[in-house]
Amino acid sequence: MPLLDKSTDLAEAIGRIGDGARIMIGGFGVPGTPFTLIAELVRHGPKNLTIIKNDANEPGMGVDWLLGAGMVSRLITSHVGLNGNAVRMMNAGEIEVEFVAQGILAERIRTAGAGLKGFVSDIGIGTLLAEGKQRVEMDGATYLIEPALEADFALVHAARADTFGNLAYAATARNFNPLMAMAANCTIAEAEVIVGTGGIDPDMVHTPAPFVDHLVALPEKLMEVYGVVHR
Amino acid sequence: MSSTAKQRMLARAARDITPGMTVNLGIGLPTQVMAHVGADCPVCLHSENGIAGVGGLAAPGHEDRNLIDAGGGYITCAPGGSFFDSAVSFALVRGGRLDLTLLGAFEVAANGDLANWIIPGKSAAGVGGAIELAQKARRVGVLTSHTDKHGNPKILERCTLPLTAVGCVNRIYTDMAVCDVQPDGLHLVELAEGVTLAEVRAATGAPLIVPAGPIPTF
Repeated sequence: MPLLDKSTDLAEAIGRIGDGARIMIGGFGVPGTPFTLIAELVRHGPKNLTIIKNDANEPGMGVDWLLGAGMVSRLITSHVGLNGNAVRMMNAGEIEVEFVAQGILAERIRTAGAGLKGFVSDIGIGTLLAEGKQRVEMDGATYLIEPALEADFALVHAARADTFGNLAYAATARNFNPLMAMAANCTIAEAEVIVGTGGIDPDMVHTPAPFVDHLVALPEKLMEVYGVVHR
Repeated sequence: MSSTAKQRMLARAARDITPGMTVNLGIGLPTQVMAHVGADCPVCLHSENGIAGVGGLAAPGHEDRNLIDAGGGYITCAPGGSFFDSAVSFALVRGGRLDLTLLGAFEVAANGDLANWIIPGKSAAGVGGAIELAQKARRVGVLTSHTDKHGNPKILERCTLPLTAVGCVNRIYTDMAVCDVQPDGLHLVELAEGVTLAEVRAATGAPLIVPAGPIPTF
């Protein structure tokens, strides 16, 4: 039985994202950040976006392009320490930032992708990050309810894909990508290499294709921003 | 903190990393402990962005653009290392597979409370993975200068800054001393070479319980 070819044009894939969308963006620092999808999102220009990403990249990279274009109203993240622009915009009230402990952010995304509403945790009890959270008593102790985190779109970066949308990631570029790919209503993946179906060993698939809606091929020569950062 | 004192502190912390451990080294000073762990010591270094089995720092010119640690430094993967997503990475942390984490501190208290992520009105760039590392690693060590740049103690009876985690710290390594958090208070374990007990007492914002007899040095 043949499987659908999900390859699509970059502009067509990103063109479906409208004002006010909640968008998950993969990546932890540079590795796994879908810079080409983000650059097209800036060109397309929807406003009032909620961005969910582990970090805000660095000045002049990725999420910083969206911030600079004034497209972001809210950022849900674990830290923005490497991007002074994000810190400045947060302190000036130009963007609203919600900080989530990194593993709780990952698990809230994973939970949404698994079709669940949330989970119970003791992380952050006794700290600022527990304030305002719903509590529950279990086994004689107090825990926090962490709600699942969903999105309209997920933008992810893969090292390899097949045309059906099976994805494989490289090294630490995996990070949030497979979790986000599961958690959004519409997942758009960019891939460095796209092979025909059967071109990826089923045992080597990290994100199964049913989680992926649209697939964009990256040019052979990647933008410089994907490369090693010399600080 | 002088360079010698810093290297001595890093080397001392490295001595508590023993064969067979799975260890996470926090961003900043703790990452530098890696250079002091013996090359033949079988230790699994975890980094929360998704690797268990960090080999070391990548040689200049040989960086892999897809292979960094959580601090953004380019690393290598040791034979036997593995990559995983962020949910698995923190399952490893919360699930109790991390034998030891070494973290930095703004303040650390005699009761084991740690504050290392936010200084209200000054620094609030986010918590990253610190809360889960501090709360869930089986053992938590803090590496810090004994005093801040103004000479004020960083080891206090109680933290004044918002906490990262409550009562999580087991051992504190500084340029002046090694101290252990115990139920009855803060115990002085070792003195840095050339540092006196009186100097440590003066630089510490909490009472120190001192062992009877000579105090070992490092």
